[in-house]
Amino acid sequence: MQGPQQNLLKPSKESREEWLGKLVSGLAIVLIGGLVSAILIFLTVKGIALFVQGEFSLGKFLTDTTWSMSNHDYGALPMIITSFLITVLAGIVALPMAMIVAIAIAEMLPQRVERYLKPVIELLVGIPSVVYGYVGLTLIVPALQRLFGGTGFGILAATCVLFLMILPTMTSMSIDSLRGVPQDYRRASAGLGATRWQTITRVVLPSARGGILTAMVFGMARAFGEALAVQMVIGNTTIMPKGLLDPAATLTSVLTTGIGNTVMGTTANNALWSLALILLIMSLAFNILMKLFNKRGGQR
Amino acid sequence: MKPEKVDRLATYLILAGASLVGIIVLLLLGYLLVTGLPHVSWHFLTSSSESFRSGGGIRDQLFNSLYLVVLTLLVSVPLALIAAIYLSEYAPTNRWTELLRLAIEVLSSLPSVVVGLFGYLVFVLQWGFDFSLLAGAFALTILNLPLLTRSIEDALHQVPALQRRAGLGLGMSKWRVTTKIVLPQALSGIITGAILSAGRIFGEAAALIYTAGQSAPAIDYQNWNPFSPTSFLNPMRPAETLAVHIWKVNSEGLVPDARAVSNGSVVVLIITILLFNLLARLLGNLIQRRLAK
Repeated sequence: MQGPQQNLLKPSKESREEWLGKLVSGLAIVLIGGLVSAILIFLTVKGIALFVQGEFSLGKFLTDTTWSMSNHDYGALPMIITSFLITVLAGIVALPMAMIVAIAIAEMLPQRVERYLKPVIELLVGIPSVVYGYVGLTLIVPALQRLFGGTGFGILAATCVLFLMILPTMTSMSIDSLRGVPQDYRRASAGLGATRWQTITRVVLPSARGGILTAMVFGMARAFGEALAVQMVIGNTTIMPKGLLDPAATLTSVLTTGIGNTVMGTTANNALWSLALILLIMSLAFNILMKLFNKRGGQR
Repeated sequence: MKPEKVDRLATYLILAGASLVGIIVLLLLGYLLVTGLPHVSWHFLTSSSESFRSGGGIRDQLFNSLYLVVLTLLVSVPLALIAAIYLSEYAPTNRWTELLRLAIEVLSSLPSVVVGLFGYLVFVLQWGFDFSLLAGAFALTILNLPLLTRSIEDALHQVPALQRRAGLGLGMSKWRVTTKIVLPQALSGIITGAILSAGRIFGEAAALIYTAGQSAPAIDYQNWNPFSPTSFLNPMRPAETLAVHIWKVNSEGLVPDARAVSNGSVVVLIITILLFNLLARLLGNLIQRRLAK
């Protein structure tokens, strides 16, 4: 073959350029896949070292209530319970508040107001958690101290801080999910003679349920994983919490203070990595929960 | 009660509740600004911090925070761009792509302290970076990657499919279409996303205390050699950021004026984040207008 025919059969310059696209695709897969597997593998390997090396039993780790590094007691139950407690409390308090603000902004106030409020909410979402922790330290802890006595540091203070921290996020996600309900639903409801409140409670909220629940779980996942803000106000005593005003410690707060004070590879250090593994597993669980809510919301 | 009455009552209650929440939040912001602004002076911004005496500033911490943001963006923007281009332009719709998206979601929901510990394990210990800006930048990249990828992907999706088809119809390769047609049009969205993510990582602390470290050794702002250990540009030096400084001063610090230092730092932190948000909006609009011409 020769001449023009050969040129037609050869790959064009354009299609030869396509290897760059393939390269980008390959890199993206390797990058994300590799990173996520590396994180999962590394943290799992470190997290199970304590049990695999037979230094402490998994059963005792999950059910024992004393955590004392000097005595080689690594019962993580107090931290696990405290972490769940403050997360659930913060979520329960924040949900109605977020709903009230979201309903007001998305359903009641004129659109114009939202345009002004949106940047404010965005700023609040972007405020770093140490600032919320600092607010807790300078405002909430002294206030609790005056109200209830004691030191003020403790579970209630941590709950307040987390509530403040997740409120903007949950509000903005709830607004989005209310906005996602088609306008026709509201018109149809109004056409049947329903008042606005009836429309909101019987049509809009049920339709936005998936999104709102996702917002709640998202907020709680953030609260569960928050380290520094909680560490600043919770008092950091690794004992079983008895009341809301007692100082306690969470998985994250023990990790923050502990990792720097233990030597890599020691039993105490391995126990801390096991706490990190619990955090990782919980964040995966929150993820699955959100997926479920999203799917349910989508079907309705 | 009549439904109309319930409706009116509920409206009042909801609006009252919402304004109450709004007022509390605004009071909070106001409190932070009022207590903090008096401490923010030229001296505060330009003098180095003290460990035991009062009167310290935040010069090094502020610089470290900004430098770390730049380093993180240098690492994470190209990576996120690659991931977003793949997901938006090349990825086939199949189970593997689903899995990849799931992986990104998992990544985005990791608590930052877990990311910090992973960074400590891998970058600091395994790779021997020690506590350094680079280790911090890598850890922040892990935090930043999922969100940045999503916002870039959104920006790419905004480009009408018709534009792509037109390019392909002219015989351009998919790669050419992506780089010459799609990317330029999505540029404003990409830049907005990057700056917004800069605001997010600017205030991050939990992922940094075990990667970038908690100490701010004296650095020399005249030394422009990035390999010199005292240079302010050296990415291998430990660097306490502003957010870490606030935490450190309040939980383990020994300075007598911890309150004043943290009040001032909090205000600087919030204002910087506000500036990032405004900048993102401004630049986004500006580029959009330029392109529209």
